[in-house]
Amino acid sequence: MWRYVVRRLLQMVPVLIGTTLLIYLAVFALPGDPIRVLGGDKPMPPAVYNALRHHYHLDEPLIVQYGKYLWGLVHGDFGQTLSGQAVSDVLKTDWSVTARLALTAWIFEMVVGIALGVWAGRRKGGVADTVVLSGTTMVIAIPTFVLAYSAQLLFGLKLGWFPTAGTDDGWPYSYLLPGIVLGSANLAYVARLTRTSLVENFRSDYVRTAVAKGLSRRRVLVRHTLRNSLIPVVTFLGIDLGSLMAGTIVIEGIFNLPGIGGQIFNAIQIKDGPTVVGIATLLVLVYLFANLVVDILYGVLDPRIRYE
Amino acid sequence: MSAPLLEVDDLHIEFRTRGSTVSAVNGLSYTLDEGETLAILGESGSGKSVSAQAVMGILDSPPAHVTKGAVRFRGTDLLGLPEKRRRAYRGARIAMIFQDALSALNPVHRVGDQIAEMLIVHRKMSRGDARKSAVELMDRVRIPSAASRAGDFPHQFSGGMRQRVMIAMALALEPDVLIADEPTTALDVTVQAQIMKLLSELQDEMAMGLILITHDLGVVADVADRIALMYAGRVVEEAGVRDLYARPAHPYAEGLLASVPRIDVRGRALTPIKGAPPNLAAIPAGCPFHPRCPRARDRCSTEVPELRVVSAGADPGAAPAVAGGSAHRSACHYAEEVAGG
Repeated sequence: MWRYVVRRLLQMVPVLIGTTLLIYLAVFALPGDPIRVLGGDKPMPPAVYNALRHHYHLDEPLIVQYGKYLWGLVHGDFGQTLSGQAVSDVLKTDWSVTARLALTAWIFEMVVGIALGVWAGRRKGGVADTVVLSGTTMVIAIPTFVLAYSAQLLFGLKLGWFPTAGTDDGWPYSYLLPGIVLGSANLAYVARLTRTSLVENFRSDYVRTAVAKGLSRRRVLVRHTLRNSLIPVVTFLGIDLGSLMAGTIVIEGIFNLPGIGGQIFNAIQIKDGPTVVGIATLLVLVYLFANLVVDILYGVLDPRIRYE
Repeated sequence: MSAPLLEVDDLHIEFRTRGSTVSAVNGLSYTLDEGETLAILGESGSGKSVSAQAVMGILDSPPAHVTKGAVRFRGTDLLGLPEKRRRAYRGARIAMIFQDALSALNPVHRVGDQIAEMLIVHRKMSRGDARKSAVELMDRVRIPSAASRAGDFPHQFSGGMRQRVMIAMALALEPDVLIADEPTTALDVTVQAQIMKLLSELQDEMAMGLILITHDLGVVADVADRIALMYAGRVVEEAGVRDLYARPAHPYAEGLLASVPRIDVRGRALTPIKGAPPNLAAIPAGCPFHPRCPRARDRCSTEVPELRVVSAGADPGAAPAVAGGSAHRSACHYAEEVAGG
């Protein structure tokens, strides 16, 4: 088991190098000159221009730039933004906002999604099943930004249940509405996945055995069906945590939350390479760790899976 | 004479799906007494498993519906009971084991816990006591080093050992009736024999009634007292084992016996039964077997033959005759002619 974890952690190294290199190249390929952008409308004396280029290693070959960046990364140094701040400081504040938002959405879609899935899947073709299936189809069909503005208008302005924007009320209150909107589409997937998996498992031989043992419906559901049904749901939820973090950009804009979504958007516009790569690298790390946790959870949920 | 241990009376089961109704069981009747082994024999689709599921109360409904008939356990009609009271019989008084123990056992729970669950739920035993009893049960079905194996998962056992786990689970509450639905079909021949031997030993120890569902004529020959042969959801012939093998009184039984290789009659070509099993959505009028029957006459396609006594039965191995328990019955208009050769 531990050997497996260590091997998986080692496998992350090439993945991490590959992704950061790709992102680095992508930023380099962006049109425009970051130093000129930094100068804004004013013309910049050639001496200053060259000094700045040297300061950010932009006068060196790309591969050297990348090597220096990677070397810093190994030492925990994410480099500097073009405005001179440490990227790690920017990440710290923005990241916590995004992490809270994504986590709120994730918990919401997990708890409500599984609950709805179980409610629907207990009886295929029943009222609950029909309600959940059509309801989730509707949620999937509505674009996130429409849902976001509607929720803002209805629950924020008209009813006044939630703050409409900003993080003034702290976690969780400020994050509830944007979190629910962010998680709603994936909630639909979680609910459907749980439901389908449950319906499938209800037909299995071991559930028939459980019924033949004279167990109550509840016990058959909870002990003999649910755990086996949750395996695909866990996979989805694990990978989804990563995509939620990456997908906050629209929601952060609408609800005016100062997270990495807005930050990476700005950074790309001003060709701020270190910031873009720093944020993206963290996202990649989150994905990789989420995947590892999912794979380990498999073994917990299903004893047939063992790790060498 | 008191009510028989288990009595299935004129049972009808239909599968209803959109636009079509399939009649899986059409007036099935049989009785089972304490300590008796009844083999229910039939091809797939003959309704043998479905009727057993109805007895257990584990039919998938919908699409399956019991449309008529009764299942009486010591005189109590189980089909009329509310679900909650029904549950007290299921597993406790009537237990069942299935064909494929690997898929019938829950892959994510330890086998000891799956056995112990019976005792925890039905007898309100504590977890610790139930686990101890589970190990004793595993010992009883001759699983080597039961104490340490109780903590293993089903996939860690061999096929035969898994079926033993199933049996231990089914016998946990000392049921009066055990239904074994093709318990050895998925096993090697040598393991088959061990499992059948174990079942009949346990049956003797516990004096329970055993219903053995199978399509294998060989499996039943040694262990069964009586055979009920099913075709298209009905019993077409019922007799003591030796009686039926020696003097089949229904052309279907005759055909089945002619299609199995026999060691005592060598050099004879096997004759398969021609045609295919009936389409249960459109069962032929009259005797359902008549389209495949070499002895069919005009009457067979119009008049449904009743299951009737052909002879009193003279099977020395049969259980003490209870209400004609070992009588030889056949549902063929020309049963006497068939039995006479």
